[in-house]
Amino acid sequence: MICQDSKTLLEVRGLRATVNGIEILKSIDLTVKSGEVHALMGPNGSGKSTFAKVLAGHPAYTVTGGTIRYEGASLLDLAPEARARAGLFLGFQYPIEIPGVANSQFLRLAYNTVQAQRGKDELDPLEFDDFVREKMKLLGMNPDFLDRSVNEGFSGGEKKRNEILQMALLEPRLAILDETDSGLDIDALRVVAEGVNRLATRDNAIVLVTHYQRMLNYIVPDYVHVMGAGRIIKTGGSELALELEARGYDWVGAELKAAAGAAA
Amino acid sequence: MSTALQNLVNQPYKHGFVTDIESDVAPKGLNEDTIRLISAKKAEPEWLLEFRLKAYRHWLEMQEPKWPNVKYPKIDFQAISYYSAPKARNKLASMDEVDPELLRTFEKLGVPMNERAALAGVAVDVIFDSVSVATTYKQKLAEVGIIFCSISEAVREHPELVKQYLGSVVPPGDNYYAALNSAVFTDGSFCFIPKGVKCPMDLSTYFRINTEASGQFERTLIVAEEGASVSYLEGCTAPKFDTNQLHAAVVELIALDNADIKYSTVQNWYAGDENGVGGIYNFVTKRGLCKGVNSRISWTQVETGSAITWKYPSCVLRGDNSVGEFYSVALTNHHQQADTGTKMVHIGKNTRSTIISKGISAGQSNNSYRGLVRITPTAHGARNYSQCDSMLIGARCGANTFPYIQVRNHSAKVEHEASTSKIGEDQLFYFAQRGIGAEEAVSMIINGFCKDVFQQLPMEFAVEATKLLGLKLEGSVG
Repeated sequence: MICQDSKTLLEVRGLRATVNGIEILKSIDLTVKSGEVHALMGPNGSGKSTFAKVLAGHPAYTVTGGTIRYEGASLLDLAPEARARAGLFLGFQYPIEIPGVANSQFLRLAYNTVQAQRGKDELDPLEFDDFVREKMKLLGMNPDFLDRSVNEGFSGGEKKRNEILQMALLEPRLAILDETDSGLDIDALRVVAEGVNRLATRDNAIVLVTHYQRMLNYIVPDYVHVMGAGRIIKTGGSELALELEARGYDWVGAELKAAAGAAA
Repeated sequence: MSTALQNLVNQPYKHGFVTDIESDVAPKGLNEDTIRLISAKKAEPEWLLEFRLKAYRHWLEMQEPKWPNVKYPKIDFQAISYYSAPKARNKLASMDEVDPELLRTFEKLGVPMNERAALAGVAVDVIFDSVSVATTYKQKLAEVGIIFCSISEAVREHPELVKQYLGSVVPPGDNYYAALNSAVFTDGSFCFIPKGVKCPMDLSTYFRINTEASGQFERTLIVAEEGASVSYLEGCTAPKFDTNQLHAAVVELIALDNADIKYSTVQNWYAGDENGVGGIYNFVTKRGLCKGVNSRISWTQVETGSAITWKYPSCVLRGDNSVGEFYSVALTNHHQQADTGTKMVHIGKNTRSTIISKGISAGQSNNSYRGLVRITPTAHGARNYSQCDSMLIGARCGANTFPYIQVRNHSAKVEHEASTSKIGEDQLFYFAQRGIGAEEAVSMIINGFCKDVFQQLPMEFAVEATKLLGLKLEGSVG
């Protein structure tokens, strides 16, 4: 929801970034305030996932220009784990498998690390077990997940639920969900979307990276941004997503070109 | 590769100090006179001198094995001193009489043995450069008929037992290094669990090489009679010298009917510096004979030290229904090389063996698993399950698996699984995105990887092993 008294959580200005020497982000501007839900849409290769990873500090990407301010301070100065502890969460498009590490152990360590950062009490294994089981129930997850290795042998849908479970545990200020809807069947999509909606508050913000409108039937965005060739080329309300669904992406680029031509 | 991974593993060796105790060192070089000197110093019976000389003559005919996947300059066996003992003192009746310098050494090693022994109920037979200086808990063990002493003492006090079993599992001419050990071994442990006795505590030995350029040749012999059981712990640390030191030990285990021997090792010999200078050559022959029916021998090893490790703790499953187990974690870093694994030789009916091997390579190290599963024609219904997993940290290390499987009985079942994985940037980033730093992430991944092996270790050892792996991989992460 857009609120009058909300605080600016994220302020991105002129952000440029490369991977293996190739420029992917060519000047991104974006402001996200608390309480808001943003959808970041666009065709394959437009830079959506790269933008998400750059925000989280993935080491494979190099920021070559621009600024990112998060809660008033420069995010670029922080290591990835410090960004996470400061409440920035990335729901992975392809959650990584970690064989041999029990999910319960991983979740508890992540939870306690963030709790410690916030000056709150850590939970011992028994307390955590009760706590996490409650959260899992809300996402319709089988408690067996706790004993399995992190994401190992999980189906696509199970991995995505595990991501949202982590979001529920870590209670981020800014959650960036990178194609959380891909690989989900309709029922799973509804469960995951309900989970996300439940986590949305006046104090946090969510950025949904997605190709499709269908997730936005469940999570209604305040803003929809269209990315093209490393830039945000159009911003609108939730109705823009419906228009994109009906007409595709090409017209947005064409419109931009026409506008540029008219200006010249 | 991220900087986190690049610099993952640069922990200086914490046990690098030399204890200042007067040593009685034999002149360098090896010939029959050296062997006679060792035997005379130890006032050994004639049969043992003959055993040594026979082994030596055999050794002269043998060639250094060339098949291991390790590289090192040729060893000059004439440049090694084959005997080094702390200067003779009066016999020690209790820990209070032990040289305080020696005790301080153990303090530095993190082995407050008097406390640890008391608290953990562990009897420690201390080997300090080849001669036992103190044996604790002997009295208590003696009450149930267990003999736990240095092998020199066993030769004096229980010659008939030593004569019966010494060389019965690893014959003097078994292999190059076993032959060398048989010729020049100076000390080691002897453990005898009589019929029907369950050893009331874990038996533990801390070995330590102390004199520069004095190879240590230990000999360990453990016998469990019918229905007996014992758990034996071996921990190793060596101070830091620039010259390579040779360590060629032989361990023999014998399990009679229904007996059970569990042998656990945490090996942290000096591995050389980060450029591969110095470090121990650890060329060890360990073998157990499941001689009786329903007997069981279980090897668990955590190998983190030594410049070169060459060892294959093995089981010969002769008794029907006998069981052999091998659980191993081998971690190599910098320029370390390990060629380690096991041999399971199935002879008796319905014999079973399990092999779980976890190799972790970091830096520019090379880590090989080499294992033999042999099912002989008599081994009806034999079964083996092997699992060999390798993990690579960084891009400049190597991992190899050399499984040899020989099956000569149609009723046998042999399974082999292998995997190779890599701690990748993406895994570390996933941890980081959940607030977890690289060091903690690596430790968690490694411990998860080694879980199946650590579960086999006695509690205190498991804790120590976990810490040790953490230390080895600690450094300038992040």
